[in-house]
Amino acid sequence: MPFRHKNTRRIEGLDSNVWVEFTKVAADPSIVNLGQGLPDISPPSYVKEELAKVAAVDRLNQYTRGFGHPSLVKEGDEVIIIEPFYDCYEPMVKMAGAKPVFIPLRCKNDGNSASSADWVLDPAELANKFNSKTKAIILNTPHNPIGKVFTREELQVIADLCIKHDTLCISDEVYEWLVYKGKKHIKIATLPGMWERTVTIGSAGKTYSVTGWKLGWSIGPEYLIKHLQVVHQNTLYTCPTPLQEALAQAFWIDYKRMDDPDCYFHSLSRELESKRDRMAQLLKEAGLKPVVPDGGYFMIVDVSMLNVDLSDVDEKQPYDYKFVKWMIASKKLSAIPLSAFCGPETKKQFEKYIRFCFIKKDSTLDAAEVILKNWNKQTG
Amino acid sequence: MLRRVGLSLRHFLLERNSSAGHSSCSREAKMSRPVQARRLEGIDKNIWVEFVKLAATYSKVNLGQGFPDFPPPDFLTEAFTRALGGQNHMLHQYTRAFGHPPLVTVLAQFFKKLLGRDLDPMTNVMVTVGAYQALFCCFQALVDEGDEVIIIEPFFDCYEPMVRMAGGTPVFVPLRPNPPKDGKLMSSADWQLDPAELASKFSERTKAIVLNSPNNPLGKVFSRGELGLIAELCVKHDVLCISDEVYEWLVYDGKQHIRIASLQGMWDRTVTVGSAGKTFSVTGWKVGWVVGPDRLLQHLRTVHQNSVYHCATIAQEAVAQGFQRELRLYGKPESYFVQLPKELQQKRDWLVQSLDGVGMKPIIPEGTYFLVADISQFKSDVPDVPNSDEPYDYRFAKWMIKSKGLAAIPLSAFYSEAHKNNYTNFIRFCFAKEEATLKAANEILQKWKQEKTSS
Repeated sequence: MPFRHKNTRRIEGLDSNVWVEFTKVAADPSIVNLGQGLPDISPPSYVKEELAKVAAVDRLNQYTRGFGHPSLVKEGDEVIIIEPFYDCYEPMVKMAGAKPVFIPLRCKNDGNSASSADWVLDPAELANKFNSKTKAIILNTPHNPIGKVFTREELQVIADLCIKHDTLCISDEVYEWLVYKGKKHIKIATLPGMWERTVTIGSAGKTYSVTGWKLGWSIGPEYLIKHLQVVHQNTLYTCPTPLQEALAQAFWIDYKRMDDPDCYFHSLSRELESKRDRMAQLLKEAGLKPVVPDGGYFMIVDVSMLNVDLSDVDEKQPYDYKFVKWMIASKKLSAIPLSAFCGPETKKQFEKYIRFCFIKKDSTLDAAEVILKNWNKQTG
Repeated sequence: MLRRVGLSLRHFLLERNSSAGHSSCSREAKMSRPVQARRLEGIDKNIWVEFVKLAATYSKVNLGQGFPDFPPPDFLTEAFTRALGGQNHMLHQYTRAFGHPPLVTVLAQFFKKLLGRDLDPMTNVMVTVGAYQALFCCFQALVDEGDEVIIIEPFFDCYEPMVRMAGGTPVFVPLRPNPPKDGKLMSSADWQLDPAELASKFSERTKAIVLNSPNNPLGKVFSRGELGLIAELCVKHDVLCISDEVYEWLVYDGKQHIRIASLQGMWDRTVTVGSAGKTFSVTGWKVGWVVGPDRLLQHLRTVHQNSVYHCATIAQEAVAQGFQRELRLYGKPESYFVQLPKELQQKRDWLVQSLDGVGMKPIIPEGTYFLVADISQFKSDVPDVPNSDEPYDYRFAKWMIKSKGLAAIPLSAFYSEAHKNNYTNFIRFCFAKEEATLKAANEILQKWKQEKTSS
């Protein structure tokens, strides 16, 4: 192959991807897919109706205003990423030429975790990760995959360090409405000193169960957002018009009824809370140890006590990768291995966990229930 | 010193926050070190941002930015509505990252016909958020720091910033006008590359050349001979070709659009970019694609999966159905790909007549829905300002929007900084507009002409 046709240096090593690997394997329709995070429930009808209305308006099928993504990070910068992390953060940081610096959430109760709240950052360890090269820290709350909802005190620790070291905060809050009873989502941008250094990210896909619309947004001070606008105008330029219009209409509908329990932001989290509880129950009955999340629609599960022996599996992959592949093949149930969400140093720590997605319709969870109830009857 | 500044800033904000529940936006309170990455240097200005705003504020007739003001075809919007209301609500969720299977399948079938080779929908086709994102993936995947990329002027403005953002160096080569000797109106075919000049731009650092045919803004449709020349140089110097063919269906006067990827030695080194927005008059749907060999597309897939990752599902579903219809009706009179260029050719001719009638000299485009006109006769209306940092045509276009309510785009917007002052007497019009719009444009021009002759 001629030299010229080699890939650029910026994408070196970024070609493999957990989703590409596992969506292929789980694509078989006979498999109950609790892996990739997408709802198989219908979005609210008024959201679909708004889009249908909009599609009939001719001018909404053409370009809209250009701005509707970050280049605040450059070569030589360091970016702090909390592990486990949504997998795209690491390659995106690397593609920007910067160095990811990892810090793990650690389980408080010495490995015996029943709730996402048990997973915390060590303040001293976190402080040590900040230095003069630290350009930004990525925060994800509610957290994928653990489902942790950072408390005000935890956010304050992060904020204090950001201010002390003049660091940016990229706050991924796509699951902001999916917070369960007794918990509150707090926006780090509202803490003193944080508005001017935070970019807050949101998603229509997660808010309205329309991941296929691929609409998201960034909120922040003008002087930061204007740099995102420059990147945006040089990459995508605009986002699909009819979808933005329909989303705007849907937001107005729910904005007007924010105090009403029927508001989708509240009704969805109620619906998901009962699915969460059902999923946790089923997993416990099958002898697994779920970590019940305070937010989001994922649940991580410790599978080590099942003692499934996979030492004969040849591949040099972490235990959880091998476990999930075995589970797909022999139990017809899919999930995602947690070490996909870790940096190189912590893979050992997290390889006994797998992640389930529970934003699924009842019949999907019924099918999962059958598999889990019969789990012990056919040990592989 | 820095620490003290930091503390007092925090103090300042705490006071402001006490009553409100949240921080207010303060212009003074910023990060103290430079925020933006160096890769953004020099690419913050964008002609569209500036002119779209002006047109929105002042224009009565907008022939500026390139988008149709007529409706998309019914069969396409109906496909969209059907997808929405149908049983399959999973169309609201993520589809395959590299392209919705029905869409990549029909694209592969279509381009197999057009390129004369078998295509694998999974590896030879990828869907992107508009052709814009396809171009972004090409440059990010294939252009490294220090690589040179040849860009033919005038060029669609995004090529230059995208090359720079990838760390590459753009090398420009102009199309040069050779006016016909008989005094007839120029055609876009009269703008040509000088073969020796083009050859001189290829060096050992040249990674790629960007080809845009049919060409925006001139409307030039490169001939087989011209493409052959470019292909020869690509093969000789082992250079890649990024071929932007978004206007592939908008070709007039019986001309043929030739795909450079079908030329000898070119398939393996060419990425061909296409657009549903231009093909089906739905620029707002932002569905585009690339077609090419797996060994090039694999790298575009890496960029795509680490940036946008998926494209909107419903729009892809509807575009797939649009293409299925066109495959069935290929070459027939009812085909949209036959009807649209026919309609646009009439509009082109109408605008040409209109501009010629008032003394602006249009260059008749062989393709696209743009035409460029020489405004030298109207120069007296807008006096030249010596030592102004803006090229003349920019000032003219801005003045025309504000005082005549007619929006067009200055041609020097499509040139590199170094060559902006070479062609400052031209502006670009978009004629993908309804009859009423073109009529209104004509009225403005006629009135303007009358004012000139009577004053």
